[in-house]
Amino acid sequence: MAIIRWKPIDEVDRLRQEVDHLFGNFLSGTEPFFSRAYPAINLSEKENSFYVRAEFPGVKPESLDISVVEGRLHIRGERKIDVEEQNTNYHRREREAGFFRRTIALPAKVDSSKVSASMKNGVLTITLPKSEEAKPKKITVKMQ
Amino acid sequence: MDKEEVYKMATKEMELKEKKEIKKEAGEGTRPGPVFVPAVDILENEKELIVLADMPGVDSKNVDIDLRDNQLTIIGRIDEIEDEKEASLYKEFHWGDYFRLFTLSDVIDQGKITAKMDNGVLRLVLPKAEKAKPQKIKVTAD
Repeated sequence: MAIIRWKPIDEVDRLRQEVDHLFGNFLSGTEPFFSRAYPAINLSEKENSFYVRAEFPGVKPESLDISVVEGRLHIRGERKIDVEEQNTNYHRREREAGFFRRTIALPAKVDSSKVSASMKNGVLTITLPKSEEAKPKKITVKMQ
Repeated sequence: MDKEEVYKMATKEMELKEKKEIKKEAGEGTRPGPVFVPAVDILENEKELIVLADMPGVDSKNVDIDLRDNQLTIIGRIDEIEDEKEASLYKEFHWGDYFRLFTLSDVIDQGKITAKMDNGVLRLVLPKAEKAKPQKIKVTAD
């Protein structure tokens, strides 16, 4: 009997592959399912719209560049942290600055002319209205 | 850290850092949901101590700051962000409250503490009490 060392990290990989497989091509083609890209995003939907949210504390709306091209949402920007005046010592420096770019494949067609974005308390919400063909259609069953 | 280094930091690409969650056993909260450790910058100059904390989703009215016996506590509670009717399709992070505790070594002038929330970032200014400010002591030669 072959003895194979159990590596927990392989289990995580295997699970990830299974989840990827389960979701099929949803969100595929751009990034692995568990993306390590900044910013982390949450995607949700209501009947007529998708919502993408990301945490952007201290990021000014004018330093964000958001666009929708061929079913993909692009978020680019920069987070700047003001340099404090002189004679200041940093005891801790955990908050990070830098630029970022991220592309998210949307699960269905959206009306790119009606996409809107808003920032509140450092949370960005992008509202993406679904295109007519992507909205759920009620089908009535006829009795014969 | 000089300004040049700070500038260099600003031009690098950002990497994702998982939000640090506080394990509930350490002190159970009364609200459901996770509690995170906010990322902070702490700065000091002659006159004051400045704490900057990232707490996205927290409105200024939902921040509690407490200072007693040199223990500084920062609590930020988030408002409901997602609509109840929304169905989650894909989740890379969780929403949650924030909690952080510091022990201060300086004596702070409690009456002059100011706190401000600006787009998810708390700026807390803690002025040092008179006796904590550095005083030059003259050394005299015999």
